[in-house]
Amino acid sequence: MTKLFEVPLYPYKWSPDQETTAPVRHPVVIIGAGPVGLAMAIDLAQQDIPVVILDDNDKVSVGSRAICFSKRSLEILDRYGCGDQMVDKGVVWSHGRVFFGDRQVYNFDLLPEEGHKRPAFINLQQYYCELYLVERLRALQQEGKPVDIRGGNKVASIDQMDDHASLIIDTQDGAYRIEADWLIACDGAGSPSRRMLDLDFVGRVFEDNFLIADVIMKADFPTERWFWFDPPFNKDQSALLHKQPDGVWRIDLQLGWDIDKEEEKREENVIPRLKQMLGEDVEFDLEWVSIYTFQCRRMEKFRHGRVIFAGDAAHQVSPFGARGANSGFQDIDNLGWKLKLVLEGTAPENLLDSYGLEREWAADENILQSSRSTDFITPKSEMSRIFRDAVLDLSETYEFARPLVNSGRLSVPCIYDTSPLNSDDIDGLPARTRPGSPASDAPVGEEWLSDRLGDGFKLLALGLEIPERSDIAGLSVEGISVADGDIGAELRSRYLGDASAAVYLMRPDQHVAARWTTLDWAQIETALNRAIGKGDAA
Amino acid sequence: MTAHITKAQLRHPDDFYADLLEAHEGLTKAESDAFNARLILLMANRIGDPDELKSLLEAAARTKHPE
Repeated sequence: MTKLFEVPLYPYKWSPDQETTAPVRHPVVIIGAGPVGLAMAIDLAQQDIPVVILDDNDKVSVGSRAICFSKRSLEILDRYGCGDQMVDKGVVWSHGRVFFGDRQVYNFDLLPEEGHKRPAFINLQQYYCELYLVERLRALQQEGKPVDIRGGNKVASIDQMDDHASLIIDTQDGAYRIEADWLIACDGAGSPSRRMLDLDFVGRVFEDNFLIADVIMKADFPTERWFWFDPPFNKDQSALLHKQPDGVWRIDLQLGWDIDKEEEKREENVIPRLKQMLGEDVEFDLEWVSIYTFQCRRMEKFRHGRVIFAGDAAHQVSPFGARGANSGFQDIDNLGWKLKLVLEGTAPENLLDSYGLEREWAADENILQSSRSTDFITPKSEMSRIFRDAVLDLSETYEFARPLVNSGRLSVPCIYDTSPLNSDDIDGLPARTRPGSPASDAPVGEEWLSDRLGDGFKLLALGLEIPERSDIAGLSVEGISVADGDIGAELRSRYLGDASAAVYLMRPDQHVAARWTTLDWAQIETALNRAIGKGDAA
Repeated sequence: MTAHITKAQLRHPDDFYADLLEAHEGLTKAESDAFNARLILLMANRIGDPDELKSLLEAAARTKHPE
């Protein structure tokens, strides 16, 4: 069987750009066709912004890689037209077991909060995610959207100008030059773009290696997440077993920093460890083995003039908590609408600085969370080890200790509490939907709020009637009115609390910009101006 | 802030102290360290309040044994 990741999906094709005398200028060029670059392309193409994606490869990524997609990512992917495919194919799980040494200390059922369209997370191989994104791009092309994906196009140099970036691209037919009003670098943790521009990647917190294996079980195995602290088959390290679609199980074995990678990857070394992990009589096939190295760090600034960094190119975290690809999608969700408003002249260029501010803040949160997980999983001192072991020992008998067990805090969207785009909050509405928060999903009649909100600025009026369209601050803003009788328990507890009515100004990335308990058009206009970078403090 | 944290509250201080020592009797240093860690975690959970816990950490840090 030909594996998905062996099929060229966007093979090199000659482009008319390659023979022009003067370089062709594009509004947006994206470097990197991984999940983040592809998502960026879809976001912009859906908004009718012409976009070119460059990648030196022409296939989806090899092996499962990012496997855990969060609810927030699925909500974003819903707007990119890929949510259903992801969820239909993905594995939803809620049971898990935690092992310490040679024994199980407890098992759990996550029981996620109800009243959301999407599950808390799904497991899915990264190559499926990339495949669905490429298919979506092809569908957008069919609809006539201006998107051009160029495989076998390797960026050789980037020159930054005041109002554009200039690129030299190597291909099998030789080099050519193009220009971009805006260049979005989504070329991964090793980002060649970052290196070419000689930009920093600082804040190293720790370093580690993981042996990652995809195995196909030949018999039934439960759909559960198993996490081992200090197991006999991987002393002083951790191990993780997770189910993926197609009967593929993902195994992550932490290896530490000073290891011989080639030696560790050899089948004769991997198989005995897996047998110890899964049980001697469990039959399996090894599909893919890789060693993954990471460091925890981020660029000091994500925006450098006309070049903007997103995803792993801008920030890298440990794999605990699935904060890599998931935070990358949030970067794109944050950037797409801002780029659109700046390109069409509705918003000032400094709106893009808020992308940097908000997502750098989010990266810090992700780095903090993943560092804390790592400190728990790999204690750095004798005393931290004593406490870690005490937590695990107590967790076997006492429930109170289980929330202290940290094998990764799963990615949740960042609340942009300090964003200059937020308006001041008012008293009396629930904290979870304060300005800067991502919209909490909830049922609205037969629909989901996340679907109703969709893209674009929205006014959500609960217990109040507002017009279906209003022209405010140069934007056409859709109004969604939910009559008192249609407000269900979830919508009420998440958006109203004890208040009888509320108006929310939602950003196109479904973050709350401002909210009130009465309808005041002057306040709405001020808040909208602020949310597009025209506020005095923005 | 810390006044109420460090106010004497033990109803039977000598009994508690004797119980604490007895609990450690016969344990190796490693076992005692582990016991203390479990006890701190249990007590922390019993207290629960994050501000109180922070004050307790500060109160412990302020009273160092002279080198």
